[in-house]
Amino acid sequence: MFLINCPYCGERDQSEFSAGGEAHIVRPKQPTELSDDQWAEFLFMRKNIKGVQLERWNHAHGCRKWFNMVRNTSDDKIHAVYKMGEKPPIK
Amino acid sequence: MSKNLRITNSKFIDQTSRISFKFDGKTLYGFKGDTLASALLANDIHLVGRSFKYHRPRGIMTCGSEEPNAIVQLGNDSSMTEPNTRATEIELYEGLEASSQNCWPSVNFDIGAINNFFSPFIPAAFYYKTFMWPASFWEKYEYFIRKSAGLGKSPTKPDKDIYDHKYLHCDVLIIGGGISGIIAAKTAAQNNLNTVLLDDKNNLGGTTLFQNNECFKINNTYSSEWLKKEIESLNSFKNLTIKTRTTLAAYHSYNYLLARENLTDHLSLIEKKDKIRQRLWKIRAKKVIIATGAMERPLIFNNNDRPGVILSSSIKKYIDYYGVKCGQKISLFTNNDTTYETAISLNKSGVTINSVIDIRDKSNSSIVKEAEKLGIKVHWKHTVVNTNGYKRISSIELMKLSDDGAGVVGNKSKEECDCLGISGGWTPRVHLFTQSGGKLKFRDKDNIFLPDKSESEQISIGSCNGDFELDDIIKNSNKSIKEFLNLNSSDYENLEINCSKETDKKNIWLLPSNKPLGKTKPFLDFQNDSTAKDVKLALREGFKSIEHVKRYTTTGMGTDQGKLSNMHALGIIAETAGVKMGELGTTTFRPPYTPLTFGTIVGRNVGEFFDITRRTPIHDWHVEKKAEFENVGQWKRAWYYPINNESMHEAVQREAKAARDSAGILDASTLGKIDIQGSDASEFLNRVYTNAWSKLEIGKCRYGLMLNEDGMVYDDGVTTRLDENHYIMTTTTGGASNVLSKLEDYLQTEWPELDVYLTSVTDNYATVSICGPNSKKILSRVIPDLDLSDKEFSHMSFKNALIDNIKCRVMRISFTGEHSYEINIQSSYGKSLWEKCFEAGKEFNITPYGTETMHLLRAEKGFIITGQDTDGTITPVDLQMDWIISKKKYDFIGKRSLYRSDTIREDRKQLVGLVTDDPKEVLEEGAQIVSEANKKPIEMVGHVTSSYFSPNLNKSIALAVLKNGKKLKGQKMFVPMKNKTINVTITDTVFLDKENKRLNA
Ligand SMILES: [Zn+2]
Repeated sequence: MFLINCPYCGERDQSEFSAGGEAHIVRPKQPTELSDDQWAEFLFMRKNIKGVQLERWNHAHGCRKWFNMVRNTSDDKIHAVYKMGEKPPIK
Repeated sequence: MSKNLRITNSKFIDQTSRISFKFDGKTLYGFKGDTLASALLANDIHLVGRSFKYHRPRGIMTCGSEEPNAIVQLGNDSSMTEPNTRATEIELYEGLEASSQNCWPSVNFDIGAINNFFSPFIPAAFYYKTFMWPASFWEKYEYFIRKSAGLGKSPTKPDKDIYDHKYLHCDVLIIGGGISGIIAAKTAAQNNLNTVLLDDKNNLGGTTLFQNNECFKINNTYSSEWLKKEIESLNSFKNLTIKTRTTLAAYHSYNYLLARENLTDHLSLIEKKDKIRQRLWKIRAKKVIIATGAMERPLIFNNNDRPGVILSSSIKKYIDYYGVKCGQKISLFTNNDTTYETAISLNKSGVTINSVIDIRDKSNSSIVKEAEKLGIKVHWKHTVVNTNGYKRISSIELMKLSDDGAGVVGNKSKEECDCLGISGGWTPRVHLFTQSGGKLKFRDKDNIFLPDKSESEQISIGSCNGDFELDDIIKNSNKSIKEFLNLNSSDYENLEINCSKETDKKNIWLLPSNKPLGKTKPFLDFQNDSTAKDVKLALREGFKSIEHVKRYTTTGMGTDQGKLSNMHALGIIAETAGVKMGELGTTTFRPPYTPLTFGTIVGRNVGEFFDITRRTPIHDWHVEKKAEFENVGQWKRAWYYPINNESMHEAVQREAKAARDSAGILDASTLGKIDIQGSDASEFLNRVYTNAWSKLEIGKCRYGLMLNEDGMVYDDGVTTRLDENHYIMTTTTGGASNVLSKLEDYLQTEWPELDVYLTSVTDNYATVSICGPNSKKILSRVIPDLDLSDKEFSHMSFKNALIDNIKCRVMRISFTGEHSYEINIQSSYGKSLWEKCFEAGKEFNITPYGTETMHLLRAEKGFIITGQDTDGTITPVDLQMDWIISKKKYDFIGKRSLYRSDTIREDRKQLVGLVTDDPKEVLEEGAQIVSEANKKPIEMVGHVTSSYFSPNLNKSIALAVLKNGKKLKGQKMFVPMKNKTINVTITDTVFLDKENKRLNA
C-alpha cells in the first residue's frame, strides 16, 4: 500500500487515490486530421514499462486533483510527484 | 486413565486458578496461563488429530504458530465454532470446548486410516492422477473425498462477535518481543521515538524468558533474570506502546503493515461477552525492526510423525514455562547444541532422559560438556531409523551413521520411550522480510536463508537475522539498531555475556535408514502427509521448479503453509537435482503468516455497514406505501408499488397504464446532477457532448449523449441552461460519479485553459417527476402562478418557480413520451413536495410508479438506457441516433473514433425493435437471436437488451442489438430458448406515438 505525496495535500494513503495510466499522452488538437493509425496510436497504444514510468494519478477521495508521478513499476518506488502541466523531474 | 504430568515449579502458570475445559467431549482441567496444548499434555494427551491423507494418528508437535498437527475445531455453537485453530496458540479459558478435526468417527478410531495401509498406492498427486478420469466422474468422487478429507467445519450461522479496525502511526515498529525486540524497543523509546512493540504471545520475553542455564549469563545473572529486569524497565516509557497477543499478519510496501490483536480469545465465555473480539491494526511505520526469531526444524526420518514426537525446544518450553512433562521416558534426537539445553532442563526437573542421539561426530561446546557432566548419555554419530507405537510412540530404533552420512552401519538397537524430542537446527523467520519485497541470501554453514537487500526502511535483528547465540544476538542487534536509528550509544554496549558456542555442525536433510526409501515413511509436511518419497517422485517425473513440486506433492500447501518442513523439501530437491540450495530459491511466503478470521478482515463493514446505502428524501413515503425496492448502484430506488396482493407484473402493468391514461409520479432524485459554471461552460459542453450547445437559449433544455474517446456511448441525460454561464447537467443514476471524474479529468489535464467549475449537486436536490395527460392540470394546482401554456413553457424548457415560497426549478422534459414535468427542490423539501403533488393529483388517480414501470414506458418510446441497451461497444450510429452527432462541430470527445475502419462497418450490432409473433410471448433479456432456427452450429447474430409486455399496446415489445440490424427491418428472426424457439420480427425502435403527439398533449 503506497504512501503517496499529493502535491496539494501531502502524504496520504493509497486508498484515497486512483491511478490513471501513462502520463504525457496529449490529446491531439486536430483529431480529424489524423489517419486511423495515428488516432489508434493515441487511443490504444501504451508503453507499459517495466521500470521507471511517468503516470497519472488522481486524489479521488481527497482534493480530486490530477497530478503526475514518477514510479518504478518493478519495485513500486515513487521517485517524485509533480503537478499537471509541469515537466517531469529528472528520472 | 490420564496421568498428571504437571510439575509445580513454573512461575508462569497460576496453579491456584484451575480451569475446566472439554476436549472431544471429555472434561479436563488445566491452569490459568496454559495453552490448550500444554493442558492436554499435562493430562498426558498427545493424540489430537489425524493426518490429511492417510489419517495417521498425530500429536502435538510444537508450542507455537508453526504447529502442523494439533489443529482443532473450537466451540460447537453453529455461529461461534472456528475450524483450523492451533491448540498450541489457544490460551485456556473456562468453558473452552475443542474437538479433533479430520477424523471420522473419532480420533481414536478413524475409518480413513485404512488409507495408511494402502499408502504405497497413494503416491504424490494420487488425487490428481486418479480421480480426474473420466472427467464426468469427478462429481461423484468429489463427495466422498470431501467427506473424508474435510479440514474442520465452518460455522453455519452469522458470526456474533464484534471485530474492529484501527489505524496506528509510529516512528518505529518492532515486531517480536524476544530479547532482541526488547533491546530495540528500549533503545528506540529512550531516544524519544514514538515506538510500538508487538508480540503474538501473552507476554514478552520470547524463549530467553525461561532460559535458566549456567551456560547463558549476562552480567553474572541468568539471561532470564537479566531480561526480566529489562522488560520491567519498559513500563516507564510513555512513548512506547506494547501490544501482546498481536500477530503481524502482512507487511506491505511503504511500511504499511496489518496486525491482528486478540482481545478476548483468552477470556472465559462470560468475560468475552459484548466485547470486541479481535482488532485489525493498520499500521504505517516510518521504520520497522523485525525481531521475529527462528523456528526449530524437525528431522526427517522413517515414521517421524508419531504422537509423542515433539520439537526439542518445545519440550523445553513445556517443562520450563508451563511446568509440563511431555513424557516420563524421553529420548532426544538432534544435529545441534540447542537440544542439550532441553536435556539439562529435563534433568533438572527430574525427568528420565534415555539418551541424546546426535548425528554429529562430537561436540566440544560447554553446554554439551555440562550435559555429559550430569550423566546424560549421548549416542554420537547415530540416527533414528524407525519409531514404533501407533497412537503414541513406544520405542525408537537407532543405528550408527556411515562416515559419509548416506547410510547406516552396524547393529540396530532399541530404546523404549514415550516421547522423542527432535531438532534439525533452526530456520530464521524471514517471512515478513520477504513479504515486504526483501531479497534473501543463503548461508551455507548452517543452511539458512537470511535477509539480504530490502528497499523499505527496515532491519531484521536477532535470530531472524541468523544470530542464534546469546552474545551474537545482543552485540549484533545493538549495532544494527544504533545504525538504523542513527544513535551514537546505547545501554547495551558493555555487557558481560557468557554463552555456550556451538563448535560442530552437521546437516542431513533426509536421514538414512536400514530399509530402502520406498519402504519408509519420512514425513516432510505433517499436515498434508507428503513424504520425502513424494518429493523425489515428483523430481523423477520431471518437475523442477520448487513452486511446481510444492503444488504437485501438496508439500507446504496446508493451513500452516509448510512452516516446519519447507527447508527440508528444498534441501532434498537441491540434493536430488544436484543444485546448490542458494540457487534453487525459496517458495513465496504469502500473507497472512497465520490464518486470519474473516471477521477480522471485514471488521465493522458487515450487514448494513457493508456498503453505503443511499436513500432519497422521499424514501420514507415509498416505504409507507409498501414499495419494493431495487438497488441501483448504492441507491435504493422504488421498484414498483404493489397494491393488495399484486404480483410485480400486475403492479407494473397497472402503473404503466395509469401513467399514460391519466398521471404518474416518479421519484427521480437519484439522477446524477452536476452544476456547471464558468465563462467557458458552453464551450465545455460542446466538447463533451456529441451535439452542439452554444446556441441553446437560456431557459432551454437539451438531451445530450456523451461518448468515450473510443466513440462508444458512455452516458446520457438532459442538460439545462440556467443562465449565460450556468448549466445543470443530469446523468444516469449509476454513472453520476464516473461522469464527474471523467469531466474533471478533461478539465484538469486536457483543457486547463477553460474557465469551468464542476460541482456534484446530486444530493442537494430532490426530483419529482409528474407525467401523463393530466400532468399539466396537476402542476397548475401545485404552482398556480406558473404559466404552463405551450407558448410560455414549451417542451424542453425550464422555469424558476416558488412553491410555498420555496425556490424550485421546473423542467418540462420527458423520459416516457408523455407530457411531463420534473420539479427540483432543495432535498429537505422533497418529501413535502411529493406529498403536495400526490394530493393535487388524487382527483386524476395520480399513480406512483417505480423504476420497472419507468423502464417499460421509455421502451415503448424506444428511449435507450445506457448500460442496459448499450454495453461499451455501441456507438450512437449503432443506436440509429445519427441525428445527435453534430456535423458542424470540429471536435468532441470520441468524434474521431466514429469513422475508424471498425466503427464505420455496416455489419456492426445495431439497435432494433423486436415484436414476437405471439403478442403474449415476452422475450428474456439477454436471450440470443439467430437468423436460421435449425442451422448448426448456431450463429448468434444479436441479443435482446430490453423486453416488456406493454399494457398500452397490449403486446410484447423488445429492444435488441443485432448485426446489420438497420437493414433488416421487417425480417423474421428466431430466439431459441431451452424448450422452444420464439419467432420474432424486426421493427423500428419506437413502438408508441411515433409522431410525439403525447408530448404536447
Ligand atoms: Zn490531494
